[in-house]
Amino acid sequence: MSDISEDSTAAGPTQPSGGAGLSARQLQVRSIVQALGMLPVLFILAIAFHYLGDERFLTPQNLSIVAQQAAINTVLGAGMTFVILTGGIDLSVGSILAASAMSALIFSLLPGWGMLGIPAALLTGLGFGLINGSLIAFGKLPPFIVTLGSLTAVRGLARLMGNDATIFNPDLPFAFIGNAAITIAPGVRVPVLAVIAIVVILISWYVLRRTVLGIWIYAVGGNPAAARLSGIKVWRILLFVYSVSGMLAGLGGVMSAARLFAANGLQLGQSYELDAIAAVILGGTSFVGGIGSIWGTLIGALIIAVLSNGLTLVGVSDIWQFIVKGLVIIGAVALDRVRLQGSART
Amino acid sequence: MTLEPDPVPRLEMRGISKTFPGVKALNDVKLKAWGGEVLALMGENGAGKSTLMKILSGAYQADAGGTLLIDGKPVAITDPIAAKRHGISIIYQELALAPNLTVAENIYLGIEPSRRGQIDRPAMRTGCQAVLNRLGAPFTPDTVVSGMSIAEQQLVEIARALHTNSKILVLDEPTTALSSRETDRLFALVRQLRAEGIALIYISHRMAEVYELADRVSVLRDGSYVGTLTREELSAEALVKMMVGRDLSSFYTKTHDPHGSRGPVLLEVRGITDGGRRVRPCSLRLHQGEVLGIAGLVGSGRTELARLIYGADGKAGGEVILAGNSVAINAPEDALKVGLAYLTEDRKGLGLFLDLSCGTNINLGVIGSDARAGGILDRAAWRRRAARAFESLRIRAASPQVIVGSLSGGNQQKVLLSRWLEIGPKVLILDEPTRGVDIGAKSEIYRIIDELAKRDIGVIVISSELPEIIGVCDRVLVMREGQIAGEVGGPGGAPITQENIMAFGAGMAA
Repeated sequence: MSDISEDSTAAGPTQPSGGAGLSARQLQVRSIVQALGMLPVLFILAIAFHYLGDERFLTPQNLSIVAQQAAINTVLGAGMTFVILTGGIDLSVGSILAASAMSALIFSLLPGWGMLGIPAALLTGLGFGLINGSLIAFGKLPPFIVTLGSLTAVRGLARLMGNDATIFNPDLPFAFIGNAAITIAPGVRVPVLAVIAIVVILISWYVLRRTVLGIWIYAVGGNPAAARLSGIKVWRILLFVYSVSGMLAGLGGVMSAARLFAANGLQLGQSYELDAIAAVILGGTSFVGGIGSIWGTLIGALIIAVLSNGLTLVGVSDIWQFIVKGLVIIGAVALDRVRLQGSART
Repeated sequence: MTLEPDPVPRLEMRGISKTFPGVKALNDVKLKAWGGEVLALMGENGAGKSTLMKILSGAYQADAGGTLLIDGKPVAITDPIAAKRHGISIIYQELALAPNLTVAENIYLGIEPSRRGQIDRPAMRTGCQAVLNRLGAPFTPDTVVSGMSIAEQQLVEIARALHTNSKILVLDEPTTALSSRETDRLFALVRQLRAEGIALIYISHRMAEVYELADRVSVLRDGSYVGTLTREELSAEALVKMMVGRDLSSFYTKTHDPHGSRGPVLLEVRGITDGGRRVRPCSLRLHQGEVLGIAGLVGSGRTELARLIYGADGKAGGEVILAGNSVAINAPEDALKVGLAYLTEDRKGLGLFLDLSCGTNINLGVIGSDARAGGILDRAAWRRRAARAFESLRIRAASPQVIVGSLSGGNQQKVLLSRWLEIGPKVLILDEPTRGVDIGAKSEIYRIIDELAKRDIGVIVISSELPEIIGVCDRVLVMREGQIAGEVGGPGGAPITQENIMAFGAGMAA
């Protein structure tokens, strides 16, 4: 890892009077440990499911399904990471995903212009994100309240868009997004959904670690008052992160529409926001803002997908899946706390 | 003061060590405190005072091998509750009160008396009033903390400690945020508690306070115990030598032309006000290469005035003229754009990003203008600026990648200061630039102020420490009740002395 990027991942125990602080090497080790924090959990789960499920888990076919299942949550989680890094929260991503998927389907039905569904969905998401961001940045309203409101209101709009019915398009022009796969090596095929998720993670990483905007996001999350006094236009940062979250929810809408050839304003994306938040938290990002990494979110999203897939494979009923998933999330984070004792900042 | 009236000290710490990953913060430290005496604990920031006190309060666990005795009996302080049970209370620099609760609620926080399952408010009020009477506090149990001054909040903390029958009371730099009148009141209280037989441990950087209060002084340096002086042995030279391990030749450096105030006017402020809440219309002029002091009691509106000029708070009227041009400053970014920077008095709360690295904290004001097209970080510039700041300000940290929150106060302050130096300011407002900073870093900061003046930068220094104001400033404005009450120094002005400043600050001069 390089110098600047070490920032936000490391949250060492604050030494009261240690003088010189931690050495660069210790910091490096710590930041790697923290970024990879949940990786062992991911591996243990994968291996456990493999042997519990008659060695059916770690096969190319199944892993490709896991990747597909993780993809949408990864994209939503990436947006959520931006938001949570500023100390905010976006509860509306599931609803925005549904509304965007409706847009995608509606535009996809235009004869000859079906591909317009993709930009339509992205703009729908961006629009709702901008509204969230404006209310939070200019209206100075708490993010939890604003996005709780839009969670409900946008859900209603999504239903309205399809007259509360499911929209189908069997000839969806961008169906490849949800169903095709790319052969990267003989016998190794990666679903397009997973490719999109990886690209989103890479771009997010670049923005957070290699651009001024990224540092400002960490700064605003770490100490908003100091950020303002340092000349950072805090409103711009807030507007940006909620717009990104909204637009990525829009992208999630495209992905989900492409996978299903259909969208339904009522059911689509229900409680997706909770999975996205869980992925971010599993990834070690601090709820109070200013600390966290996008790689953690990727690992968090993979853990959630592995759990869903693995539990089904092993034959655990749907009801028990909820219970186990919840407990694993709490347990994993508790474990992380114990491991990094002293940092107690989240 | 009779020393060691009792053969057994109230508190004795023996062979205390504390190791953090990579750093030995304390090494075989000892300490003795008797009831009915004030023990001053001194040492530069980073010497280990806070760590030692955190071990005493149960916030940290010492390495195995140390002993802690209270009244001669070994005790194990495993957590803050155990410390409370053994009668140990610590009043930290950063006060820890719940701002939205009343005095009584704060004092009884966690130990609320109940009657039939309900909080017994009358009992709380009576108990609280008793302690407040003992302290001579000017507020009632029902006063809400958020509206109180720092001095009053401190009193609430002390009341809380007394209420739990503390026998050992640690005061960690209690006067940093107090005016001189409030300080006097606190000292009277400290003497009263000493007379009541409480063992007081008083941590301070200020020599004058230690002279005035301490019966004995123990000194730590680099995590080790250096020695203890009795009142008779106490001298500034001896103390400084013990603390820094060498002689400090000259503390205040003033090599710039002290009559820079005759140079052209760099900054003029006309009638700036927030509408009269904290700052009534104020005007001032700052010349090129001048160090202008702003003195006055805490609460006299010094910080508020600086924040108005910097655009941190909205102003109701007034004009800021920089190098002859009227500039519109409505937000900090406007001020920074024209080269006016403000170093906050609240380093941790309003200045630093404690979870980010030193380098990023240093670069934060310039990463925008350094960035390549599209806002991409210029990492070479980041490294270059960080390295330069580390070298020129002698920041003691392993590397610029170190998280700033892990540094000592003095080094943190240097990091924050270099953020503003990096923007290349024309005018720099420094609000309490040496608050909570050790002697070594202090003299370094004075050297930097002097250098800035030599480079024709206009510097405004806001400070509660009169020796500092007198030592570094060419001219001093004194504020009182939101207004500039008077001016000392400068060509033809009255000499800058403690008496002249105090006279304006307390409203005794015409």
